Amino acid sequence: MSEKPRKIEITDPVTITVDGREVTAQNGELLIDACERNDAYIPRFCYHPRMNPVGMCRMCLVEVDTGRGPALQPSCMIPVAAEMVVDTKNEQVSKAQDGILEFLLANHPLDCPVCDKGGECPLQDQTMAYGPGESRWVEEKRHYEKPIAISETVYLDRERCILCDRCTRFAKDVAGDPLIHFIDRGSNTEIATFPDEPFSSYFSGNTVQICPVGALTAKPYRFRARPWDLEEVESTCTGCSVGCRITVQSSRNQVLRFQGVDSDPVNWSWLCDKGRFGFEAINSEERLAEPLMLSSDGTLSPGRWAEALNAAADAIRAADPTSVAVIGGAQLTNESQYAWAKFAKGIIGTDHVDAQLGDGLAAEVVLGLPGATIDQVCAPGSTVLYMGPDPKEELSVLYIRLKHAAQEDGVQIIELSPAASGLSPYASSSLHYRPADLPKLVEALLAGELPDQGLPGIDAAEFTKASQALLAAEQNLHVVIGRANLAESADCVAVAASAVHQAIPGATFLSALRRANLRGALEAGLTPGMLPGRSSLAEHGQAWKELWGSVPSTAGMDTTQILQAAAASKIDVLILLGADPLADFADRSLARRGVAGARTVISLDRFLTASTRQADIVFPIAGFSECEGTHTNLEGRVTRLNQKVTPPGTARTDWMIAAELAALLGKDLGVERDAHELWDEFTAHSAVHAGVSSAALDHPDAADGLLLDLGPRPFVTPVAPHVAPQSSYSLRLIVNRTLYDQGTEIHHCDSSSGLAPAASVRLSPADAAPLGAEDGTQVTVSSPHGSITAALIVDSGVPKGSAVLRHNLEGADPGLLIDSADVVCEIRVEVS
Amino acid sequence: MSRFSTANLRLAQEIIRRYPVAKSATIPLCHLAQEQDGYLADDSMAQIAELVGCSSAEVLGTASFYEMFKMHSVGKFCLGVCTNISCQLLGGEELLEHAEQTLGIRPGGTTTDGLFTLEDVECIAACTEAPAVQVNYRYFHRLTPQDLDQLIEELRSGALDDVVPAHGTLGKVRQDLGEDRIANITPPEDQTEPVWLRRHRELAEAAAAADAATPSTAGKES
Repeated sequence: MSEKPRKIEITDPVTITVDGREVTAQNGELLIDACERNDAYIPRFCYHPRMNPVGMCRMCLVEVDTGRGPALQPSCMIPVAAEMVVDTKNEQVSKAQDGILEFLLANHPLDCPVCDKGGECPLQDQTMAYGPGESRWVEEKRHYEKPIAISETVYLDRERCILCDRCTRFAKDVAGDPLIHFIDRGSNTEIATFPDEPFSSYFSGNTVQICPVGALTAKPYRFRARPWDLEEVESTCTGCSVGCRITVQSSRNQVLRFQGVDSDPVNWSWLCDKGRFGFEAINSEERLAEPLMLSSDGTLSPGRWAEALNAAADAIRAADPTSVAVIGGAQLTNESQYAWAKFAKGIIGTDHVDAQLGDGLAAEVVLGLPGATIDQVCAPGSTVLYMGPDPKEELSVLYIRLKHAAQEDGVQIIELSPAASGLSPYASSSLHYRPADLPKLVEALLAGELPDQGLPGIDAAEFTKASQALLAAEQNLHVVIGRANLAESADCVAVAASAVHQAIPGATFLSALRRANLRGALEAGLTPGMLPGRSSLAEHGQAWKELWGSVPSTAGMDTTQILQAAAASKIDVLILLGADPLADFADRSLARRGVAGARTVISLDRFLTASTRQADIVFPIAGFSECEGTHTNLEGRVTRLNQKVTPPGTARTDWMIAAELAALLGKDLGVERDAHELWDEFTAHSAVHAGVSSAALDHPDAADGLLLDLGPRPFVTPVAPHVAPQSSYSLRLIVNRTLYDQGTEIHHCDSSSGLAPAASVRLSPADAAPLGAEDGTQVTVSSPHGSITAALIVDSGVPKGSAVLRHNLEGADPGLLIDSADVVCEIRVEVS
Repeated sequence: MSRFSTANLRLAQEIIRRYPVAKSATIPLCHLAQEQDGYLADDSMAQIAELVGCSSAEVLGTASFYEMFKMHSVGKFCLGVCTNISCQLLGGEELLEHAEQTLGIRPGGTTTDGLFTLEDVECIAACTEAPAVQVNYRYFHRLTPQDLDQLIEELRSGALDDVVPAHGTLGKVRQDLGEDRIANITPPEDQTEPVWLRRHRELAEAAAAADAATPSTAGKES
């Protein structure tokens, strides 16, 4: 089994005897773990160190003597107690294990040669190690149709299932999606979904990884490789900002599988399906493999690197530095981010650099507030004030950790959100505010009383409960902040977070921003007014000027301002670092005008996106698992990204393109050989990165990565935005994300691309009834800026007075309704 | 579509209120659905899941454990002939064969008029009365093939409708419970002591209060 026992700190040691040796174990821990930690591995199928034991498979029977004589007992169900005498290898135990294996094999087909699990199968391995040489079973085995699809990506072969309860426990206890269950009884027991209700959990792929036989297999990996043909390297998933540790497995220079690694501070071996099956995008036929340039007939056609680089350098050289802007960079490695920050700010001399597309939080908020780690947020005794996006949809593994904290460790979660989320069932109190009311709500919670006229949609009793919990938390208060509503100004969250920071100075903050290495981009200075290492241009400009030769003289523009300037033809060169503003910037009209208005658009991307199609020069870049580097997750944890395969065609790593362009401009980026040089330069000059140098990251104790210095930096209190009163006829718009959307990455994954739902408008029953509309009715949503039509879904999780639309789904684009200058978006909904 | 009728939905909600945890009502609600439709339709299980707050798969998993919940449509009368040892020795298998011929169906089948489903059942705990037959879980003892034919005739004519309710109501889901007889509807986490201890204490306190209120001579009379 690949699962390792959890690392624990022994606080209450007891001495037990294992196979004649006296060893120390933690009082009350499970015997199976204590024995494994003391070099007496006990075979098992159903026990998983990250799930509660059930004692289902009986494989872990050992002889335990607690003073009443030895008896066979399942070691996964026995808590360690002082003076226990355990025998894990004697004749009785061997006979029991042998018997259990013969029993499990009674119905298990011997189709190992055609089974995906063969070669890495715990049942196969343990039969060889502990089992009978041959079977006495001559009767017919049970037969089922094999395999059946229980979801879009997972297949179930019921003949192979040994009924260990791992997948069903995972679905219910870990993921909270009990869509698979044992049905029937005795020898007819099988795993099944409800008819017509597939196992469509965002976490279904984990059941494939933990299945101890080949009963559950994943469509993207089926029959693609044998385990002994796979090579693997450990890395960090860059699907979102949680930074789950994974192994990247490949065969013949093709990535074939990601498996979760048990990283104690982060993902506990779990992955979401979007991350797990995201490897398909790496192998996509549509990856860009050579540079593209706009030809005279107005189409993008393949060019040579030298031509493309020269054209790009010429455009940059010809432009005034203040008319060059860089958008994006959140998907890059820390090294490439540093290289691009240095290239843009030190060499070109522009500060119009922003890694966020108006969908994040200001760098001062993310970097200025005292930081919290996932472990601190989820620690027993913690109180969590959750003011972020729906974690199940955007940061799925963070949801698993929060759910576990709430259910198993008694952590109180106070959720403040515009609509019910995947976290709501586990929150101790859940308040759904009207868009733009968050600052007022937080102020009231901190004051302990609602304003006299109340707040729309806020129940007084629930409010009092939340307020008391919040005020009682003090030192154990951890605040999760993020963008729960893309149609609302980021200032609302910033003001609310600032109010908590001032009222409860001991509170720490975790920024739940979705883009993979966004934290790294902000730390590297890919944001206006900042330089690497959380230093501000105004205060620390001189120090970096000494290293880089020059820095911009004044703070630059953010993405919204850059697009506005571009729309007014004030941007000569717009560089897109893997960014797709035409799909991702919330205000669609401004994005279109901005990208069209820039004179030269240079794009670095792995795919042709809506924005790269508008570019003049497109550089193909190496993506995940195709380059070496480091990654910073949302907590500020730096881990290694390792290369496993080569990029397609002539695609290069982002920092190489920065270095080449610098050379063409007659400057030196200071990198000769590889990305390590960039990291060494960065960490040597940034105080917050002092502890994460290459040497420190390579230390064996740093397997889970290393945290940056999370101490607070000077924090500027944002000003509360002015919100016009809501018209009594209009609704306020909530735009949020769903895990599967039309994003570039997911769009190029064969098995996940069909999972994105169609666009819809969600209204509360109270708002849907006066329209005379029901589920499926086509409704038109209009704002002063545009209108869209989509099917209605009546959703009791949406508060009265609001409407929810999902970002980036096929069929209706909420971006058409939004004006980025507004704090909230007021809309009307009518039946079409 | 088979979902609870309005009356049954009201009854279902009443049943749920009897339990501190809604999910505990899963099996009683399955009985109610089976009583209504004769079997547990997929829609019913989905509706039960909604009512008790779990997933449909969990309802299916729970219900499918029990043989007596039917997952497919059955006749108005489920005729179960026991063929275990006592009944077998006293002609159970012959009785089953006779039933097959009379009804024209094999065990597991349902007559075309939708009245009878024949079942070959394991021991139904009536060994002293072998051969025994169950109709919708109501017992008929020591039957000869002629008795069985007569039973089938009576069922068909409706003469036994009072004795054998359609589909067989297993659990006492319809029972009328007075408020005082409902065991306990305090959520487990809010319970400070077991309900029977509390009842006992309350009764003792009430008795003590009554004793205190009446003159002491009253006690001497008894």
